Parts: sequence; structure tokens; C-alpha cells
Amino acid sequence: MIWDWDWTLQILPDLLTQGLLVTVQATLGGAVLAFVLGLFLALLRRSRRAYISRPVGAVTEFIRSTPLLVQLFVVYYVLPDFGVSMTALTTGIIGLGVHYACYTAEVYRAGIDGVPKGQWEAAVALNLPRHWIWLSVVLPQAVRRSLPALGNYLVAIFKESPQLSVITVVDVMGLARELGSERFRYLEPITIAGLFFLLIAIPASILIRRMERRLDH
Amino acid sequence: MTTINPCSAELPGTLGEAMPFLCRGAVVTLQSTLGGSVLAIAIALVVGLMASSRLRSVRGVARVYMEFFRGTSVLVQLFWLFYAMPILTGYQFDKVAAGILALGLNLGAYGSEVVRGAVQAVPPAQREAAIALNFTPYQRMRHVILPQAFVAMVPPMNNLLIELLKTTSLLSVITVADLAYQGRLLVNSGSDQLIVFALMLVIYFLFSYLITLLMRFVEGRAGRLVGRERPRRRRSAPAVEGAR
Repeated sequence: MIWDWDWTLQILPDLLTQGLLVTVQATLGGAVLAFVLGLFLALLRRSRRAYISRPVGAVTEFIRSTPLLVQLFVVYYVLPDFGVSMTALTTGIIGLGVHYACYTAEVYRAGIDGVPKGQWEAAVALNLPRHWIWLSVVLPQAVRRSLPALGNYLVAIFKESPQLSVITVVDVMGLARELGSERFRYLEPITIAGLFFLLIAIPASILIRRMERRLDH
Repeated sequence: MTTINPCSAELPGTLGEAMPFLCRGAVVTLQSTLGGSVLAIAIALVVGLMASSRLRSVRGVARVYMEFFRGTSVLVQLFWLFYAMPILTGYQFDKVAAGILALGLNLGAYGSEVVRGAVQAVPPAQREAAIALNFTPYQRMRHVILPQAFVAMVPPMNNLLIELLKTTSLLSVITVADLAYQGRLLVNSGSDQLIVFALMLVIYFLFSYLITLLMRFVEGRAGRLVGRERPRRRRSAPAVEGAR
């Protein structure tokens, strides 16, 4: 038999506990950072002052056009030179978060643009202060519209998180690679890792599609 | 005025040290991007049309393929193709071939969704008119539906091709000597990190920009062929489904 069941059962618990924990941490950490930072980037991008909106636009465009892997290298190798030392996992979360913040910024921007003009006019007519218009009228509607797209990015972050294994984070993929290199046999660990991503990502995207349909009504 | 070869080793300092290697890597990156794109677009067209078929079974096959490759990470797929599959089948891919295959299969799955969406977005009256004119199903697709769907496909395809370019950096993990690999090698052998990484990012950015320019040209051409002017727009965020 080519497939080694004994070994599979031996490594499965580790992959499902230790590996899963790190993958979930990386995904959630990265997502929270991406969702929060992305909102700020979207607001800065809309600023009427060109010396704010232009550079922010250029930087987000640059980050979106270059590979996450190289950005992870930058955070992992260069930051320690400036006296910032972090664990590999923290480094990875920052890399994932910043990279995806540049994508979610566009999502929020579309959400904000989608708020009907009448809402703005009504808020102005009620003489609401500017920060109130944003906080209690525009953003709640804009964020609600953005939710399905943000959900898709959550799944995307989850699926990109194995890249962190390249900067020595021991997530599901990192652990699978480690286990594989011990015996120089990758079939079982990598297959398990792949199935594991499949089993989480597919139901998640079905859920998001359902949410999207409900928000449409 | 003398022209400067950007890949020359005679450039001053770290530039001269790094650029020859980075250029060699950049060529590999371009090759894998090109190979991956051709495969991805071919798969996207076939599977995308299958997904818009009237036959349930054909649609089912397309759906399974799309969900499978969009559900797992490219890195996992790459590793599986290169390290795991040989144990199962006894056939070992060359690493560049494994890389291009993984890129094509993965991005092809996202591309299929783009093709399916674009075909579905062609107004039903177009199909009805073609039927009324007694076109065969092939003629309908080839001369009426696809040319119009093609215009709608180009902008999201642009984003996918940039994704593909960025994803080629993962091939460095299975030791393909691409830009990311050469850059990391340079850093490990003691070149100035900041400069090497900055150069790498700039090269990737230039390639992305090149893809955008190319696709804008294609979009203009495709639009004019079906009698439409190119709309004024800026590059939007990738269709979320396509962003992985």
C-alpha cells in the first residue's frame, strides 16, 4: 500500500491541534488587522487633501501589485535591523494584515460610494456634525454592504496563510513540511493539509454566498 | 549619451552585485508567468464554457474542479504536485513544469468563474437573435456570444494575471530560481537587504504595470471589434472571488 495509514494516524492529532491553532491565530490576527487598517486606508484615500490621498493611493496600489511572499521577507529580514524583534507568527500576521488591508480598503471604498446620496443630504440637512455623519449614518451602511466581500477576504487570508511557513511559522503547512522532511516523505502530511484547507474553505464560501444573497434582499 | 544596461555587473555598489542575479531571476519569473497564463486562460475558457453549459453533468464537472482548486492554497497544491504526487504515481515533474501546472490549475479555476460570469452577462436577446438567424450552437458562441463576453472578461482577467505574476514568487519555495529565489539568495549571502528587497519589489511592480498596459490595449481592441469604445475607468480592486 502506498498510503501509510499508521503514519497518517500518528501525525493527524498534531496537525489538527498544534498546526490548526497557529493557522487560526494567523488568519484571525491577519483579518482583524486587515479589516481595521483597511477602513483607515479607505478613509485616508477619500481625503480631500491630495497630499494625503495620493500617497496612500500609490502605496496601496504598490502593495497590491507585489507578492505577499516578498513583503513577508521584508518584514522578517529588514525590521530586526531597525531594532524591532518579533516572533515569526507576529511578523506573519503583520505581513498578511497589511497586504490584505490594501485590498479591503477598496472594498470599503466601494461600500462608501454605494451609500445613496440622499443619506448624505439628509444628514447634512439635519445639521449633524461631520464625524457623526460618518460614524452613525455612512459607515454603518457602508460596512454592512462590505460584509460579504470582507468575508471572502477572510477566506482568502486563510488560504494564503500557508505562505507564512516560508518564514518559519509552524502552522498546518509548516508542520506538514517539517513532518515530511523528517522522513523525506511528503505524501501524507501535505495531502492532509490540503484536505484540511478544503474542508474549511468550501463551507465558508458557501456560507458567505448565502449571506450575500440575504443582504441583497 | 550612453545607454546603461540595468543588468550589468559594472553598476556601482550593491546594484552591480545584485542586478545580474535579479535579472536572471526576473527572466524565470516572466517565463513562468507566461507559461502559467497560457495554461490558466486555456483552462478558464474550457471550464468556464462548461460551467455555462445546459447539461447538468457538464456543469457539475466544472463546478467540482473550480471548488476544488479555489478551496485550497496554491502553496499546498504546488507542494502536492511536486513532492507528494511522485510518491503516489511514480511520475516526477520538472520543478518549473510543476510550478506552471499549479499556477495554471489554480488561476484557471478563478478564471473559469470570470468566463462563466461574462458569458452569462451577455443579454439573452443576443442569443435569441442568433437562434432566430438559424446559427448553429458553435456559430452562436463563436460569432455572437464570445466576442461580447470577451470585452467583459478583460478587466477581471487583468487582475487575475497580476495575481498569477505575484503567485509565481511561490515557485521559489520549490527552488525554482525566480526573482524571489535569487533575491533571497543574495540576502543570505550578505548583500544589503534593504536595497535587494526594494529592487525586487520594484521589478515585480513594473511587471504588474506591464500586464495592466497590455490588458488595456487588449480591452480597447476587443471593445472596438464589437463596436464599443473603451470606457474611462481606473483599475478597480480584483473581483473578490478572484483575489484568493
